[in-house]
Amino acid sequence: MKKVYMDYSATTPVDSRVLEAMKPYFRKYYGNSMSLHSFGVIAKEALEDAREKVSNLMKANTKEVIFTGSATESDNLALKGIAFANKEKGKHIIVSMIEHHAVLEPAKWLEKQGFEVTYLPVDQYGLIDLKKLEDVIRKDTILVSIIFGNNEIGTIQDIERIGKICREKGIYFHSDATQAFGKIPIDVKKMNIDLLTVNAHKVYGPKGVGGLYIREGIEIEPLLHGGGHEFGLRSSTINVSGIVGFGKVAEIQKKEMVSDAKKQIKLRDKLIKETLRIEDSHLNGHPTKRLPNNAHFWFSYIEGESLMMQLDMHGIASSTGSACSSGSLEPSHVLLAIGLKHEQAHGSLRLSIGKYTEREDINYVLEVLPKVVENLRKISPFKRGWK
Amino acid sequence: MKSYGQYSKEVMKHFKKPINMGRIKNPDGIGKVGNVVCGDVMYLYIKVKKGKKGKYIISDVKFETFGCVAAIATSSMITKLAKGKTIEEALNITKMDVAKALGGLPKIKLHCSVLASDALTEAIYDYFTKNKLSIPDELEKRHKQIEKETKFVEEKFKDYIKMEKEIWSVKGK
Repeated sequence: MKKVYMDYSATTPVDSRVLEAMKPYFRKYYGNSMSLHSFGVIAKEALEDAREKVSNLMKANTKEVIFTGSATESDNLALKGIAFANKEKGKHIIVSMIEHHAVLEPAKWLEKQGFEVTYLPVDQYGLIDLKKLEDVIRKDTILVSIIFGNNEIGTIQDIERIGKICREKGIYFHSDATQAFGKIPIDVKKMNIDLLTVNAHKVYGPKGVGGLYIREGIEIEPLLHGGGHEFGLRSSTINVSGIVGFGKVAEIQKKEMVSDAKKQIKLRDKLIKETLRIEDSHLNGHPTKRLPNNAHFWFSYIEGESLMMQLDMHGIASSTGSACSSGSLEPSHVLLAIGLKHEQAHGSLRLSIGKYTEREDINYVLEVLPKVVENLRKISPFKRGWK
Repeated sequence: MKSYGQYSKEVMKHFKKPINMGRIKNPDGIGKVGNVVCGDVMYLYIKVKKGKKGKYIISDVKFETFGCVAAIATSSMITKLAKGKTIEEALNITKMDVAKALGGLPKIKLHCSVLASDALTEAIYDYFTKNKLSIPDELEKRHKQIEKETKFVEEKFKDYIKMEKEIWSVKGK
Protein backbone atom coordinates (compact mmCIF):
# COMPACT_ATOMS: atom_id res chain seq x y z
CA MET A 1 0.00 0.00 0.00
CA LYS A 2 1.13 3.51 -0.77
CA LYS A 3 2.22 5.40 2.34
CA VAL A 4 1.86 9.16 2.49
CA TYR A 5 3.04 11.06 5.53
CA MET A 6 0.89 14.16 6.03
CA ASP A 7 1.77 14.79 9.65
CA TYR A 8 4.99 16.81 9.47
CA SER A 9 3.66 19.12 12.18
CA ALA A 10 3.80 16.18 14.57
CA THR A 11 7.35 15.30 13.70
CA THR A 12 9.61 14.88 10.67
CA PRO A 13 12.12 12.32 9.43
CA VAL A 14 15.75 13.21 10.09
CA ASP A 15 17.50 14.64 7.03
CA SER A 16 20.20 12.17 5.94
CA ARG A 17 22.76 14.99 5.96
CA VAL A 18 21.82 15.71 9.57
CA LEU A 19 22.15 12.06 10.50
CA GLU A 20 25.61 11.89 8.86
CA ALA A 21 26.73 14.98 10.77
CA MET A 22 25.58 13.43 14.05
CA LYS A 23 27.11 9.98 13.61
CA PRO A 24 30.71 10.70 14.67
CA TYR A 25 29.47 12.10 17.96
CA PHE A 26 28.26 8.73 19.22
CA ARG A 27 31.42 6.60 18.98
CA LYS A 28 34.29 8.78 17.91
CA TYR A 29 33.75 12.17 19.56
CA TYR A 30 31.88 11.07 22.62
CA GLY A 31 33.53 13.41 25.10
CA ASN A 32 31.77 15.48 27.73
CA SER A 33 31.82 19.12 26.66
CA MET A 34 32.73 20.14 30.22
CA SER A 35 35.91 18.05 30.26
CA LEU A 36 39.14 19.91 29.71
CA HIS A 37 40.97 17.14 27.85
CA SER A 38 41.04 16.71 24.09
CA PHE A 39 37.83 14.64 24.05
CA GLY A 40 36.03 17.40 25.90
CA VAL A 41 37.47 20.14 23.72
CA ILE A 42 36.13 18.48 20.55
CA ALA A 43 32.67 18.16 22.12
CA LYS A 44 32.75 21.75 23.30
CA GLU A 45 33.76 22.98 19.84
CA ALA A 46 30.91 21.01 18.28
CA LEU A 47 28.48 22.51 20.77
CA GLU A 48 29.60 26.05 20.08
CA ASP A 49 29.58 25.49 16.33
CA ALA A 50 25.95 24.34 16.57
CA ARG A 51 25.07 27.29 18.75
CA GLU A 52 26.45 29.62 16.11
CA LYS A 53 24.42 27.98 13.35
CA VAL A 54 21.16 27.95 15.29
CA SER A 55 21.55 31.55 16.45
CA ASN A 56 22.44 32.52 12.92
CA LEU A 57 19.16 31.26 11.52
CA MET A 58 17.22 33.59 13.82
CA LYS A 59 19.75 36.44 13.51
CA ALA A 60 20.65 36.33 17.19
CA ASN A 61 24.08 36.71 18.74
CA THR A 62 25.70 33.34 19.40
CA LYS A 63 25.67 33.55 23.18
CA GLU A 64 21.97 34.39 23.22
CA VAL A 65 20.93 30.81 22.43
CA ILE A 66 20.92 27.92 24.88
CA PHE A 67 20.07 24.30 24.16
CA THR A 68 17.40 22.36 26.03
CA GLY A 69 15.80 18.93 25.79
CA SER A 70 12.66 19.97 23.91
CA ALA A 71 10.46 22.88 22.86
CA THR A 72 8.25 22.07 25.84
CA GLU A 73 11.22 22.56 28.13
CA SER A 74 12.12 25.82 26.39
CA ASP A 75 8.56 27.12 26.84
CA ASN A 76 8.57 26.12 30.49
CA LEU A 77 11.93 27.76 31.02
CA ALA A 78 10.81 30.95 29.31
CA LEU A 79 7.58 31.33 31.27
CA LYS A 80 8.69 30.13 34.68
CA GLY A 81 12.16 31.58 34.26
CA ILE A 82 10.88 35.06 33.49
CA ALA A 83 8.09 34.86 36.07
CA PHE A 84 10.36 33.95 38.95
CA ALA A 85 13.12 36.35 37.97
CA ASN A 86 10.64 39.23 37.77
CA LYS A 87 8.15 38.50 40.50
CA GLU A 88 9.15 41.68 42.33
CA LYS A 89 8.34 43.71 39.23
CA GLY A 90 4.91 42.23 38.65
CA LYS A 91 2.77 39.14 38.68
CA HIS A 92 0.80 39.49 35.47
CA ILE A 93 1.36 37.38 32.36
CA ILE A 94 -0.47 37.46 29.01
CA VAL A 95 -0.72 34.44 26.72
CA SER A 96 -2.99 33.80 23.76
CA MET A 97 -5.83 31.32 23.92
CA ILE A 98 -4.28 29.32 21.09
CA GLU A 99 -0.92 28.60 22.67
CA HIS A 100 0.41 25.05 22.64
CA HIS A 101 -0.11 23.15 25.89
CA ALA A 102 3.61 23.65 26.53
CA VAL A 103 2.82 27.32 27.18
CA LEU A 104 -0.74 27.02 28.52
CA GLU A 105 0.10 24.47 31.19
CA PRO A 106 3.08 26.38 32.65
CA ALA A 107 0.84 29.47 32.61
CA LYS A 108 -1.84 27.60 34.55
CA TRP A 109 0.78 26.31 36.95
CA LEU A 110 2.07 29.83 37.49
CA GLU A 111 -1.47 30.89 38.40
CA LYS A 112 -1.29 28.39 41.23
CA GLN A 113 1.95 30.01 42.34
CA GLY A 114 0.25 33.38 42.70
CA PHE A 115 0.73 34.85 39.22
CA GLU A 116 -2.18 36.21 37.24
CA VAL A 117 -2.65 35.15 33.64
CA THR A 118 -4.78 36.81 30.98
CA TYR A 119 -5.74 34.53 28.09
CA LEU A 120 -5.96 36.70 25.00
CA PRO A 121 -8.74 35.73 22.56
CA VAL A 122 -8.25 35.42 18.80
CA ASP A 123 -10.46 36.11 15.80
CA GLN A 124 -11.95 33.51 13.45
CA TYR A 125 -8.57 33.14 11.70
CA GLY A 126 -6.67 32.70 14.92
CA LEU A 127 -5.11 36.16 14.87
CA ILE A 128 -4.80 38.13 18.06
CA ASP A 129 -6.16 41.66 18.09
CA LEU A 130 -3.28 44.07 18.72
CA LYS A 131 -5.60 46.68 20.19
CA LYS A 132 -6.93 44.09 22.62
CA LEU A 133 -3.38 43.18 23.55
CA GLU A 134 -2.65 46.81 24.39
CA ASP A 135 -5.85 46.97 26.42
CA VAL A 136 -5.00 44.00 28.62
CA ILE A 137 -1.42 45.08 29.31
CA ARG A 138 -1.15 46.32 32.88
CA LYS A 139 1.48 48.11 34.93
CA ASP A 140 2.43 44.84 36.55
CA THR A 141 2.56 42.81 33.31
CA ILE A 142 5.94 41.12 33.07
CA LEU A 143 5.58 38.78 30.11
CA VAL A 144 3.60 38.32 26.91
CA SER A 145 3.80 34.93 25.20
CA ILE A 146 2.30 34.50 21.74
CA ILE A 147 2.79 31.52 19.47
CA PHE A 148 4.62 32.37 16.23
CA GLY A 149 2.86 29.93 13.91
CA ASN A 150 0.08 27.85 15.37
CA ASN A 151 0.64 24.10 15.48
CA GLU A 152 -2.96 23.24 14.64
CA ILE A 153 -4.39 25.83 12.27
CA GLY A 154 -1.05 27.23 11.08
CA THR A 155 -1.89 30.89 11.60
CA ILE A 156 1.15 33.18 11.68
CA GLN A 157 0.86 36.18 13.99
CA ASP A 158 2.11 39.68 13.31
CA ILE A 159 5.07 39.01 15.58
CA GLU A 160 6.97 42.18 14.72
CA ARG A 161 4.12 44.44 15.80
CA ILE A 162 3.38 42.41 18.92
CA GLY A 163 7.06 42.69 19.76
CA LYS A 164 7.01 46.42 19.18
CA ILE A 165 4.07 46.92 21.55
CA CYS A 166 5.79 44.89 24.26
CA ARG A 167 9.15 46.59 23.76
CA GLU A 168 7.61 50.04 24.02
CA LYS A 169 5.92 49.09 27.27
CA GLY A 170 9.03 47.42 28.64
CA ILE A 171 7.42 43.99 28.83
CA TYR A 172 9.25 40.81 27.89
CA PHE A 173 7.96 39.08 24.79
CA HIS A 174 8.30 35.34 24.33
CA SER A 175 7.23 33.51 21.20
CA ASP A 176 6.92 29.77 20.73
CA ALA A 177 8.36 29.24 17.25
CA THR A 178 8.39 25.44 17.41
CA GLN A 179 6.44 25.16 14.15
CA ALA A 180 7.94 28.22 12.46
CA PHE A 181 11.69 27.96 13.02
CA GLY A 182 13.49 26.72 9.93
CA LYS A 183 10.33 27.06 7.86
CA ILE A 184 9.89 30.82 7.63
CA PRO A 185 12.42 33.63 8.16
CA ILE A 186 12.77 34.80 11.76
CA ASP A 187 14.76 37.84 12.81
CA VAL A 188 14.65 38.21 16.58
CA LYS A 189 16.18 41.70 16.52
CA LYS A 190 13.92 43.16 13.87
CA MET A 191 10.89 41.43 15.36
CA ASN A 192 11.58 42.70 18.89
CA ILE A 193 11.57 39.22 20.34
CA ASP A 194 13.04 38.73 23.82
CA LEU A 195 12.68 34.97 24.10
CA LEU A 196 12.13 32.45 21.33
CA THR A 197 11.43 28.73 21.60
CA VAL A 198 12.83 26.56 18.81
CA ASN A 199 13.43 22.86 18.26
CA ALA A 200 15.05 20.39 15.91
CA HIS A 201 12.62 17.54 15.28
CA LYS A 202 9.97 19.59 13.49
CA VAL A 203 12.55 20.54 10.86
CA TYR A 204 14.30 17.28 9.98
CA GLY A 205 16.48 17.15 13.08
CA PRO A 206 16.57 14.64 15.94
CA LYS A 207 14.00 14.48 18.74
CA GLY A 208 15.02 15.55 22.20
CA VAL A 209 16.74 18.81 21.25
CA GLY A 210 15.26 22.24 21.82
CA GLY A 211 16.63 25.73 22.02
CA LEU A 212 15.77 28.99 23.70
CA TYR A 213 16.85 32.42 22.57
CA ILE A 214 17.17 34.79 25.49
CA ARG A 215 18.04 38.36 24.51
CA GLU A 216 21.29 39.54 26.01
CA GLY A 217 20.82 41.18 29.37
CA ILE A 218 17.61 39.38 30.28
CA GLU A 219 17.81 37.47 33.53
CA ILE A 220 15.84 34.26 33.96
CA GLU A 221 15.68 31.67 36.70
CA PRO A 222 16.79 28.20 35.60
CA LEU A 223 14.54 25.18 36.03
CA LEU A 224 17.41 22.74 36.41
CA HIS A 225 20.17 23.33 38.92
CA GLY A 226 23.37 21.36 38.78
CA GLY A 227 26.68 21.55 36.98
CA GLY A 228 26.00 24.96 35.47
CA HIS A 229 25.84 24.02 31.79
CA GLU A 230 24.50 26.45 29.21
CA PHE A 231 25.57 29.57 31.10
CA GLY A 232 24.05 28.21 34.27
CA LEU A 233 20.59 28.18 32.73
CA ARG A 234 20.25 24.52 31.94
CA SER A 235 22.35 22.08 33.89
CA SER A 236 22.61 18.65 32.28
CA THR A 237 25.39 16.92 30.41
CA ILE A 238 25.31 18.30 26.90
CA ASN A 239 23.53 16.17 24.30
CA VAL A 240 26.34 16.77 21.83
CA SER A 241 25.20 14.50 18.99
CA GLY A 242 21.65 15.86 19.11
CA ILE A 243 22.83 19.45 19.25
CA VAL A 244 25.22 18.84 16.35
CA GLY A 245 22.17 17.59 14.47
CA PHE A 246 20.26 20.75 15.36
CA GLY A 247 23.20 22.85 14.13
CA LYS A 248 23.20 20.97 10.85
CA VAL A 249 19.43 21.52 10.54
CA ALA A 250 19.94 25.26 10.94
CA GLU A 251 22.76 25.28 8.40
CA ILE A 252 20.67 23.40 5.84
CA GLN A 253 17.46 25.32 6.41
CA LYS A 254 19.26 28.63 6.09
CA LYS A 255 19.96 27.67 2.51
CA GLU A 256 16.82 25.70 1.72
CA MET A 257 14.09 27.36 3.78
CA VAL A 258 12.88 29.75 1.10
CA SER A 259 12.82 27.23 -1.73
CA ASP A 260 11.19 24.65 0.59
CA ALA A 261 8.51 27.15 1.55
CA LYS A 262 7.80 28.09 -2.06
CA LYS A 263 7.37 24.48 -3.06
CA GLN A 264 5.24 23.66 -0.03
CA ILE A 265 2.98 26.69 -0.44
CA LYS A 266 2.19 25.55 -3.98
CA LEU A 267 1.35 22.04 -2.83
CA ARG A 268 -0.52 23.29 0.22
CA ASP A 269 -2.67 25.66 -1.82
CA LYS A 270 -3.48 22.93 -4.30
CA LEU A 271 -4.43 20.68 -1.42
CA ILE A 272 -6.62 23.35 0.16
CA LYS A 273 -8.27 24.45 -3.06
CA GLU A 274 -9.17 20.96 -4.18
CA THR A 275 -10.19 19.70 -0.74
CA LEU A 276 -12.65 22.56 -0.44
CA ARG A 277 -14.46 21.15 -3.47
CA ILE A 278 -15.80 18.48 -1.14
CA GLU A 279 -19.31 19.50 -0.17
CA ASP A 280 -19.58 21.09 3.28
CA SER A 281 -15.85 21.26 3.87
CA HIS A 282 -14.30 24.26 5.55
CA LEU A 283 -10.81 25.72 5.96
CA ASN A 284 -9.55 26.60 9.42
CA GLY A 285 -6.94 29.29 9.91
CA HIS A 286 -5.98 32.19 7.69
CA PRO A 287 -5.96 31.84 3.88
CA THR A 288 -2.52 33.43 3.50
CA LYS A 289 -1.03 34.13 6.94
CA ARG A 290 -0.34 30.48 7.52
CA LEU A 291 2.64 28.16 7.82
CA PRO A 292 3.78 26.96 4.38
CA ASN A 293 3.21 23.33 5.32
CA ASN A 294 -0.15 23.53 7.08
CA ALA A 295 -3.64 22.74 5.82
CA HIS A 296 -6.48 22.42 8.31
CA PHE A 297 -10.13 21.66 7.65
CA TRP A 298 -13.37 20.66 9.24
CA PHE A 299 -15.95 18.51 7.52
CA SER A 300 -19.62 18.69 8.45
CA TYR A 301 -21.48 15.61 9.72
CA ILE A 302 -18.45 13.43 10.46
CA GLU A 303 -15.97 12.90 13.25
CA GLY A 304 -12.23 13.44 13.03
CA GLU A 305 -10.84 10.34 14.68
CA SER A 306 -12.82 8.15 12.30
CA LEU A 307 -11.64 10.30 9.42
CA MET A 308 -8.02 10.07 10.49
CA MET A 309 -8.22 6.31 10.94
CA GLN A 310 -9.94 5.83 7.58
CA LEU A 311 -7.14 7.81 5.94
CA ASP A 312 -4.66 5.67 7.86
CA MET A 313 -6.27 2.60 6.32
CA HIS A 314 -5.25 4.09 2.97
CA GLY A 315 -1.71 4.74 4.19
CA ILE A 316 -2.21 8.44 4.84
CA ALA A 317 -0.98 9.81 8.19
CA SER A 318 -2.88 12.85 9.46
CA SER A 319 -4.07 14.46 12.68
CA THR A 320 -7.31 15.72 14.22
CA GLY A 321 -8.46 18.07 16.97
CA SER A 322 -11.55 16.00 17.64
CA ALA A 323 -12.53 15.40 21.24
CA CYS A 324 -12.72 11.68 20.57
CA SER A 325 -9.02 11.55 19.80
CA SER A 326 -7.90 13.51 22.85
CA GLY A 327 -7.17 11.96 26.19
CA SER A 328 -9.53 14.41 27.87
CA LEU A 329 -12.45 13.97 25.43
CA GLU A 330 -12.43 17.75 25.05
CA PRO A 331 -12.10 19.19 21.57
CA SER A 332 -9.05 21.26 20.73
CA HIS A 333 -8.90 24.56 22.63
CA VAL A 334 -7.51 26.19 19.48
CA LEU A 335 -10.56 25.25 17.41
CA LEU A 336 -12.93 26.41 20.12
CA ALA A 337 -10.98 29.68 20.38
CA ILE A 338 -11.51 30.44 16.68
CA GLY A 339 -15.23 30.00 17.24
CA LEU A 340 -15.89 26.43 16.15
CA LYS A 341 -18.66 24.58 17.94
CA HIS A 342 -17.94 21.25 19.56
CA GLU A 343 -19.45 19.27 16.71
CA GLN A 344 -17.49 21.32 14.17
CA ALA A 345 -14.23 20.79 16.00
CA HIS A 346 -15.19 17.10 16.05
CA GLY A 347 -14.86 16.97 12.28
CA SER A 348 -11.43 18.57 12.07
CA LEU A 349 -8.46 17.31 10.10
CA ARG A 350 -4.88 18.59 9.92
CA LEU A 351 -2.77 17.72 6.90
CA SER A 352 0.78 18.97 7.26
CA ILE A 353 3.37 18.55 4.54
CA GLY A 354 7.15 18.86 4.38
CA LYS A 355 10.38 18.74 2.46
CA TYR A 356 9.71 15.29 1.08
CA THR A 357 6.10 15.78 0.04
CA GLU A 358 5.62 15.51 -3.70
CA ARG A 359 2.80 16.43 -6.03
CA GLU A 360 1.86 12.77 -6.44
CA ASP A 361 1.39 12.50 -2.67
CA ILE A 362 -1.04 15.41 -2.76
CA ASN A 363 -2.83 13.84 -5.72
CA TYR A 364 -3.17 10.58 -3.82
CA VAL A 365 -4.64 12.37 -0.79
CA LEU A 366 -7.03 14.26 -3.06
CA GLU A 367 -8.12 10.98 -4.55
CA VAL A 368 -8.69 9.23 -1.20
CA LEU A 369 -10.03 12.05 0.99
CA PRO A 370 -13.33 12.71 -0.81
CA LYS A 371 -14.13 8.99 -0.82
CA VAL A 372 -13.38 8.61 2.86
CA VAL A 373 -15.47 11.66 3.77
CA GLU A 374 -18.30 10.28 1.67
CA ASN A 375 -18.04 6.86 3.36
CA LEU A 376 -18.28 8.33 6.82
CA ARG A 377 -21.16 10.55 5.81
CA LYS A 378 -22.98 7.45 4.65
CA ILE A 379 -22.68 6.10 8.18
CA SER A 380 -23.60 9.42 9.80
CA PRO A 381 -27.20 10.21 10.76
CA PHE A 382 -26.44 13.85 9.97
CA LYS A 383 -25.68 13.43 6.30
CA ARG A 384 -27.50 15.76 3.97
CA GLY A 385 -30.64 14.09 2.89
CA TRP A 386 -31.40 10.38 3.18
CA LYS A 387 -30.34 8.30 0.28
CA MET B 1 -3.46 -9.37 13.17
CA LYS B 2 -2.56 -7.88 16.53
CA SER B 3 -4.33 -4.92 18.05
CA TYR B 4 -3.80 -1.65 16.23
CA GLY B 5 -2.60 1.07 18.54
CA GLN B 6 -5.25 1.51 21.19
CA TYR B 7 -7.86 -0.57 19.35
CA SER B 8 -8.35 -4.33 19.28
CA LYS B 9 -8.40 -6.37 16.09
CA GLU B 10 -12.16 -6.81 16.35
CA VAL B 11 -12.78 -3.07 16.80
CA MET B 12 -10.74 -2.33 13.68
CA LYS B 13 -12.58 -5.05 11.76
CA HIS B 14 -15.96 -3.50 12.54
CA PHE B 15 -14.68 0.01 11.90
CA LYS B 16 -13.26 -0.96 8.52
CA LYS B 17 -16.31 -2.91 7.46
CA PRO B 18 -19.26 -1.98 9.62
CA ILE B 19 -22.19 -4.35 9.27
CA ASN B 20 -25.87 -3.38 9.09
CA MET B 21 -25.05 0.20 8.32
CA GLY B 22 -27.83 2.47 7.10
CA ARG B 23 -31.51 2.97 7.70
CA ILE B 24 -34.58 0.70 7.66
CA LYS B 25 -37.60 2.02 5.80
CA ASN B 26 -40.68 1.93 8.02
CA PRO B 27 -38.89 0.55 11.06
CA ASP B 28 -40.86 -0.88 13.97
CA GLY B 29 -38.67 1.01 16.40
CA ILE B 30 -36.03 3.76 16.32
CA GLY B 31 -33.52 4.48 19.06
CA LYS B 32 -31.83 7.87 18.86
CA VAL B 33 -29.20 8.45 21.46
CA GLY B 34 -26.34 10.83 21.98
CA ASN B 35 -23.55 10.45 24.42
CA VAL B 36 -22.99 13.24 26.87
CA VAL B 37 -19.32 12.54 27.32
CA CYS B 38 -17.94 13.23 23.88
CA GLY B 39 -20.92 14.06 21.72
CA ASP B 40 -21.22 10.93 19.60
CA VAL B 41 -24.70 10.34 18.21
CA MET B 42 -26.25 7.04 17.15
CA TYR B 43 -29.52 6.10 15.51
CA LEU B 44 -30.64 2.47 15.63
CA TYR B 45 -33.53 1.07 13.59
CA ILE B 46 -35.22 -2.27 14.29
CA LYS B 47 -37.72 -4.48 12.54
CA VAL B 48 -39.67 -6.90 14.73
CA LYS B 49 -41.39 -10.11 13.63
CA LYS B 50 -43.40 -12.74 15.37
CA GLY B 51 -41.33 -15.91 15.54
CA LYS B 52 -41.87 -19.46 16.67
CA LYS B 53 -43.59 -20.08 20.02
CA GLY B 54 -45.13 -16.63 19.82
CA LYS B 55 -41.87 -14.87 20.67
CA TYR B 56 -41.12 -11.52 19.07
CA ILE B 57 -37.83 -11.44 17.27
CA ILE B 58 -35.64 -8.60 16.05
CA SER B 59 -35.52 -9.62 12.43
CA ASP B 60 -33.52 -6.69 11.13
CA VAL B 61 -31.44 -3.93 12.66
CA LYS B 62 -29.48 -1.06 11.14
CA PHE B 63 -27.52 1.89 12.47
CA GLU B 64 -26.30 5.36 11.63
CA THR B 65 -23.54 6.87 13.75
CA PHE B 66 -21.69 10.14 14.03
CA GLY B 67 -18.62 9.35 16.04
CA CYS B 68 -15.19 7.92 16.49
CA VAL B 69 -13.74 4.52 15.64
CA ALA B 70 -15.08 3.02 18.86
CA ALA B 71 -18.55 4.49 18.34
CA ILE B 72 -18.80 3.04 14.84
CA ALA B 73 -17.44 -0.33 15.94
CA THR B 74 -19.81 -0.60 18.93
CA SER B 75 -22.73 0.36 16.67
CA SER B 76 -21.81 -2.33 14.22
CA MET B 77 -21.34 -4.88 17.01
CA ILE B 78 -24.66 -4.19 18.72
CA THR B 79 -26.47 -4.86 15.46
CA LYS B 80 -24.65 -8.15 15.18
CA LEU B 81 -25.53 -9.10 18.75
CA ALA B 82 -29.17 -8.05 18.48
CA LYS B 83 -30.11 -9.45 15.09
CA GLY B 84 -32.24 -12.58 15.33
CA LYS B 85 -32.65 -12.28 19.10
CA THR B 86 -35.96 -12.18 20.91
CA ILE B 87 -36.92 -8.86 22.50
CA GLU B 88 -36.17 -10.31 25.95
CA GLU B 89 -32.75 -11.51 24.87
CA ALA B 90 -31.97 -8.20 23.19
CA LEU B 91 -32.85 -6.27 26.32
CA ASN B 92 -30.33 -8.34 28.22
CA ILE B 93 -27.43 -7.26 26.00
CA THR B 94 -25.28 -5.02 28.16
CA LYS B 95 -22.55 -2.54 27.39
CA MET B 96 -20.09 -5.08 28.73
CA ASP B 97 -21.33 -7.66 26.23
CA VAL B 98 -20.61 -5.18 23.45
CA ALA B 99 -17.17 -4.31 24.78
CA LYS B 100 -16.33 -7.98 25.34
CA ALA B 101 -17.45 -9.03 21.87
CA LEU B 102 -15.12 -6.35 20.50
CA GLY B 103 -12.16 -7.78 22.37
CA GLY B 104 -12.20 -4.85 24.77
CA LEU B 105 -12.21 -1.09 24.37
CA PRO B 106 -9.76 1.52 25.59
CA LYS B 107 -10.94 2.74 29.00
CA ILE B 108 -11.67 6.21 27.71
CA LYS B 109 -13.87 4.75 24.97
CA LEU B 110 -16.00 2.48 27.15
CA HIS B 111 -18.81 5.04 27.06
CA CYS B 112 -19.22 4.24 23.35
CA SER B 113 -20.47 0.78 24.31
CA VAL B 114 -23.00 2.49 26.59
CA LEU B 115 -24.18 4.44 23.57
CA ALA B 116 -24.75 1.26 21.59
CA SER B 117 -26.70 -0.59 24.28
CA ASP B 118 -28.72 2.57 24.99
CA ALA B 119 -29.66 2.86 21.33
CA LEU B 120 -30.95 -0.70 21.33
CA THR B 121 -32.92 -0.14 24.52
CA GLU B 122 -34.48 2.98 23.02
CA ALA B 123 -35.38 1.26 19.78
CA ILE B 124 -37.14 -1.48 21.73
CA TYR B 125 -38.85 1.10 23.94
CA ASP B 126 -40.04 2.87 20.79
CA TYR B 127 -41.40 -0.43 19.50
CA PHE B 128 -43.31 -1.02 22.74
CA THR B 129 -44.74 2.48 22.68
CA LYS B 130 -45.76 2.39 19.03
CA ASN B 131 -47.54 -0.91 19.53
CA LYS B 132 -49.11 0.15 22.82
CA LEU B 133 -47.58 -2.79 24.63
CA SER B 134 -47.18 -2.72 28.37
CA ILE B 135 -43.69 -1.57 29.18
CA PRO B 136 -41.66 -3.49 31.78
CA ASP B 137 -40.60 -1.38 34.79
CA GLU B 138 -36.91 -1.92 34.17
CA LEU B 139 -37.23 -0.74 30.56
CA GLU B 140 -39.19 2.33 31.63
CA LYS B 141 -36.50 3.20 34.17
CA ARG B 142 -33.68 2.83 31.65
CA HIS B 143 -35.58 4.86 29.09
CA LYS B 144 -36.03 7.76 31.55
CA GLN B 145 -32.31 7.85 32.31
CA ILE B 146 -31.33 7.73 28.63
CA GLU B 147 -33.84 10.45 27.79
CA LYS B 148 -32.24 12.72 30.35
CA GLU B 149 -28.78 12.21 28.85
CA THR B 150 -29.99 12.58 25.28
CA LYS B 151 -31.54 15.98 26.00
CA PHE B 152 -28.11 17.21 26.99
CA VAL B 153 -26.67 16.23 23.62
CA GLU B 154 -29.63 17.52 21.63
CA GLU B 155 -28.82 20.96 22.98
CA LYS B 156 -25.27 20.58 21.62
CA PHE B 157 -26.40 19.29 18.24
CA LYS B 158 -29.51 21.40 17.78
CA ASP B 159 -28.42 22.80 14.40
CA TYR B 160 -28.08 19.35 12.92
CA ILE B 161 -31.29 18.14 14.46
CA LYS B 162 -33.13 21.17 13.08
CA MET B 163 -31.66 20.50 9.66
CA GLU B 164 -32.63 16.86 9.84
CA LYS B 165 -36.21 17.79 10.74
CA GLU B 166 -36.34 20.10 7.73
CA ILE B 167 -35.18 17.29 5.48
CA TRP B 168 -37.83 14.98 6.90
CA SER B 169 -40.59 17.54 6.48
CA VAL B 170 -39.64 18.09 2.84
CA LYS B 171 -39.65 14.34 2.24
CA GLY B 172 -43.01 14.00 3.91
CA LYS B 173 -44.75 16.34 1.47
